[in-house]
Amino acid sequence: MPAPDAREIILEARDLTREFDGVKALDRFSFQLHRGEVLGLLGANGAGKTTAMNCLLGLTLPTSGDIFAFGLPLQKHRIAILQRANFSSAYTALPGNLLVGQNLIVFAKIYGVREPKKKIAELMELLEISHLAKRVTGQLSAGESTRVNLVKAFLNDPELLMLDEPTASLDPDIADKVRKVVRKVQRERNIGILYTSHNMRDIEEVCDRVIFLHKGKIVCEGTPTDIVAQSSSATLEDVFIKIARDGEIIDEPQKDKAP
Amino acid sequence: MNFRIISALVLRYLFLYTRSPMRLVELVFWPVVDLVVWGNVTVFIQRNTNPAFGNEILFLLGAMILWDIMFRAQQGVAISFLEDVWTRNLLNVFVAPVRATEYVSATFIVGMLRITVTAVVLSLISWFGYSFNIFQLEWWLIPFFANLMLFGWSLGMISTALILRWGQAAESLAWAIPFFFQPVVAVFYPVQDMPAWSQPIAWCFPPTYIFEGMRDVMKTGTMKWDYLWYAAALNIVFMALAGWLFLWILNLTRKRGLLTKFATQ
Ligand SMILES: Nc1ncnc2c1ncn2[C@@H]1O[C@H](COP(=O)(O)OP(=O)(O)O)[C@@H](O)[C@H]1O
Ligand SMILES: [Mg+2]
Repeated sequence: MPAPDAREIILEARDLTREFDGVKALDRFSFQLHRGEVLGLLGANGAGKTTAMNCLLGLTLPTSGDIFAFGLPLQKHRIAILQRANFSSAYTALPGNLLVGQNLIVFAKIYGVREPKKKIAELMELLEISHLAKRVTGQLSAGESTRVNLVKAFLNDPELLMLDEPTASLDPDIADKVRKVVRKVQRERNIGILYTSHNMRDIEEVCDRVIFLHKGKIVCEGTPTDIVAQSSSATLEDVFIKIARDGEIIDEPQKDKAP
Repeated sequence: MNFRIISALVLRYLFLYTRSPMRLVELVFWPVVDLVVWGNVTVFIQRNTNPAFGNEILFLLGAMILWDIMFRAQQGVAISFLEDVWTRNLLNVFVAPVRATEYVSATFIVGMLRITVTAVVLSLISWFGYSFNIFQLEWWLIPFFANLMLFGWSLGMISTALILRWGQAAESLAWAIPFFFQPVVAVFYPVQDMPAWSQPIAWCFPPTYIFEGMRDVMKTGTMKWDYLWYAAALNIVFMALAGWLFLWILNLTRKRGLLTKFATQ
């Protein structure tokens, strides 16, 4: 038995269910995220990862179940919670018709960043995109755009960060850089991160713990090493494929408790 | 309500207008076209009728300018929202600590800035081009302006709600909303000359009182104060209804899980 994590729980879902037209995209999904922990949410396309994140951000209301962030119910304290959290995804972008610097200053002001110009300059340097400040946001490459989104996500020094496939559509070099920066900032600031990805490299390098989802249900959870050990597969990638196809992590349903 | 957040959202729209001057052209172009058309019609009627009525017909220009104020206020709200839909920015806004009321307030301010630009341009052209001085309405202009802007804001929220509910398919409908009201709010003709059955309907909407008041002020230099009170009271009712509709639809969109559909690829 691993020792229970004594760190503060900053995000928790209890029996989160979300139906779309009678189909459960999330089915009694429960988890806890601790301060300073990176939790990976894995699963095939359509497993429910984005739906989970949208519910946790208050963008989509769950059909049933409860969400707490920093010990507060999300429904009632959404604004206060969002002030301490942030989000970035490969599938969203800042307005394409403004300059990168203009977009970032607007969001810095929305979040009430104290010295916005200084903060933006620091973060852009950290992500090696200082030269993009005067560029039109809509004309950036995927890699540049992802990093600009990450600057936005770090602007308010979030205690809780949700990243939905942040490395999707990045080349291996940029993906590696992004992972390293995320990990570095996360360690320095002790941020709790919920991280979805299909990229096993991402998961093994960045995540302390992972949850595998299949059709909205948790199939297994643990550290990446534990999960591989529990399974009949050799690598995390094989586990992923096995779950995507069969919804289970082992070949035969084992009757280990049988007398 | 957090004014820092509202001003940050307004700043975003200001950046947008400085980035693309075409947006400013659009602000001025149609009103000027309208004004020239109505101005020429007025001149034509003035030349072919008795001087008394010829003088009175100038109210067409006043009506046109005031109508435009209402229409631009509605557009300011709806276009600001659409800008966020078009640029897929809604998700960024709604994962930030932005209340729906703050978001809507920012669009109101953009509406107000837009009509200020339009109103200044129109006043100047109508004065120099057609010897029509909108400032002959004197201090009455302030309550006229305010009431029409409020009604424009209400219509803007209704348009926004339609787009949230039916997606971009509802865009053209959202555009046209003010024109549903144009026939019944007595913009270009007095209520007493409308068909009898439609007169009670006309008195249900705040702009009717303003356009009637405008004609009174131009004719007699004053108007019934009652009209202003009715307009203001009705405006409060419409603002409340439209605000409630917008918030209700926004929440419905969250429930249906469609808010993110406006924001992602
Ligand atoms: N707004 C929606 N309306 C209907 N179905 C939806 C909606 N959003 C997601 N779904 C469905 O929910 C399931 C989970 O989707 P999603 O959370 O996007 O998966 P993932 O991010 O893991 O790829 C999919 O079957 C998807 O089609
Ligand atoms: Mg997804």
